[in-house]
Amino acid sequence: MRAADLATASILMLLGGVVVFDSLRIGIGWGTDGPRAGFFPFWLGTILIFASVTIGVQAWRRTTDRPFVTRSQLGPVLKVLWPATLMVVLITPLGLYVAAALYLGFYMRWVGRHGWLAVVLCAIGVPLVTFAVFELWFLVPMPKGPLEAWLGY
Amino acid sequence: MGVENLFHGFQIAVTPFNLAVAVLGITLGTIIGVLPGLGGANGVAILLPLTFTMPPTSAIILLTSLYWGALFGGAITSVLFNIPGEPWSVATTFDGYPLARQGQGGQALTAAFSSSFIGALFSIVLITFFAPILAEIALRFGPPEFFAIQLLTFSSFIGLGGGDPLKSLVSILLGFILAAVGLDVVTGQLRMTFGVVDLMKGFDFIIAVIGLFGIGEILLSVEEGLSFKGASTGMNLRVVLETWKTLPRYARTFARGAFIGFWMGFKPGGATPASFMSYAFAKRFSKHPERFGKGEIEGVVAPETAAHAAGVAAMLPMITLGIPGSPTAAVMLGGLIIWGLQPGPLLFTEKPDFVWGLIASMYTGNIIGVLMVLAFVPFFAAILRIPFAILTPLIVVVCAIGSYAVHNSMIDIWYMLIFGVVGYVFKKLDYPLAPLVLALVLGDLAENALRQSLIMSQGSLAIFVSRPIAGVITAAAVFFFVLPILTPGWRRLRGAVMPAPRSS
Repeated sequence: MRAADLATASILMLLGGVVVFDSLRIGIGWGTDGPRAGFFPFWLGTILIFASVTIGVQAWRRTTDRPFVTRSQLGPVLKVLWPATLMVVLITPLGLYVAAALYLGFYMRWVGRHGWLAVVLCAIGVPLVTFAVFELWFLVPMPKGPLEAWLGY
Repeated sequence: MGVENLFHGFQIAVTPFNLAVAVLGITLGTIIGVLPGLGGANGVAILLPLTFTMPPTSAIILLTSLYWGALFGGAITSVLFNIPGEPWSVATTFDGYPLARQGQGGQALTAAFSSSFIGALFSIVLITFFAPILAEIALRFGPPEFFAIQLLTFSSFIGLGGGDPLKSLVSILLGFILAAVGLDVVTGQLRMTFGVVDLMKGFDFIIAVIGLFGIGEILLSVEEGLSFKGASTGMNLRVVLETWKTLPRYARTFARGAFIGFWMGFKPGGATPASFMSYAFAKRFSKHPERFGKGEIEGVVAPETAAHAAGVAAMLPMITLGIPGSPTAAVMLGGLIIWGLQPGPLLFTEKPDFVWGLIASMYTGNIIGVLMVLAFVPFFAAILRIPFAILTPLIVVVCAIGSYAVHNSMIDIWYMLIFGVVGYVFKKLDYPLAPLVLALVLGDLAENALRQSLIMSQGSLAIFVSRPIAGVITAAAVFFFVLPILTPGWRRLRGAVMPAPRSS
């Protein structure tokens, strides 16, 4: 818990530093007609550094044995996170609907251990319904890949 | 004058199309409220792009109905599954879930919905009569007053948010910083883009909401294993009627909850502290405080009344001042701007149809809502019987679609994933997320108000204290800012009465 708190505070400090640095570049003082573009972010960054240093110091002083995340908690979290990340990676080459179908099918088979029939029905049915709702009904275009191009969309 | 306008509003809200929109919104909202990982803010955010082609009044009715539905739906998961769909449903789980475990889920749900409805009605009646007055006062507001109100808004997160005040502050600052990324509209300069083209667009609050709340909540909820656990419920007309017979007993709890909710609802994140405060008051004034937490109907009535009253009251500052009182209202505010409406006091004189249609739809929406949820609880409970391995990827896909739809941009889906991880880490470390989203929404408005005020005063900060209205508001804001420093004992006292909310 302490390590995570300290790490987060450090990242925030760093972020504050970046903000202050960039604000100084574009000017934080009084321009010809009012405060310059960097004025507001400069103070945000400065207060952020101050607040995260204080949080860091508080976290350093406090001792808790409650871990940020236990090994048994992290497992399921990663089991959700990495397939989701993989799906997002696949959207670029394959389009959203095919990526969603593969993701749904894989997840149902791997985590849910559902039968092949249910897997195939869901993996094909859900993207089809989504396609009908978004592309045809609401006319919101989603990223499409070679399959949709082949079908003429 | 309120009644006349309200009548006019009803003529707009009670058209077949707008009623159908309300029913659709409530259905979707309740489903979203029941689904783990989706709340009112995400639902509204996901549907927002779909409303662009509708008339603004129908669009806002759709979104507010979805919001009422989500408020009702949040209670369903809290009672049946011990999963609060929204932060302000946390207090509902204290007694709702034990009741469900004892096989009294039907009673708990009836009490929850009825309390929600009464709380909402109370707030709507107050809004009907006070919104025009508040709007008239707000007309005299200039940039210093607006900045003072923004200050008050954010100071109340720090002073009343109930978490670590420094972490609330960091959350606010992060939101403002993310809002500042990209083109500065005043000077035309690029800020914090470091030559990266993708950063020039800046960060959209909808993507932040979907990531922080949607993905973040899933990650948090799967920690205890890859499943959602639930309890079955018996729900029929007899249970409903019998529960209604017992409710007049809690008249005082209703009144207290409604007042607390309305009063707190003005302030952002108000619904969560309101629900906790109402629960704490109910327990303190109860003849049997020892029964609380073990399955006491009053322990469901109190937080639900306050949360729903606050949820409705959050609309008041949104339409009169252009300042949202809740994350969901913040997303709706974004919608208002996209539909070409300027939120703020002028809305009452320039778009009376919109404002009064909205207020009238609050009555119709909540009446339709309470009847629908009572009738369809068994159906909504069935949603949670969808196996985990289907539900989770479904939510992720829906979140990805919602993010992409905002700008038709792939980078936004990546932002959504990153915001999801940030949301997970922040929730674990007790950084509140609502202030971040709100700061992201209000960032440009707040900065412009500050800059215009400073231009008016030639750079002197004294303008925020020397003007009477701004001075009073600034003083209140400063009071909230120093509150955590002044009374460290007060917080400990509160912590003893009720557990800290997971987020606000």
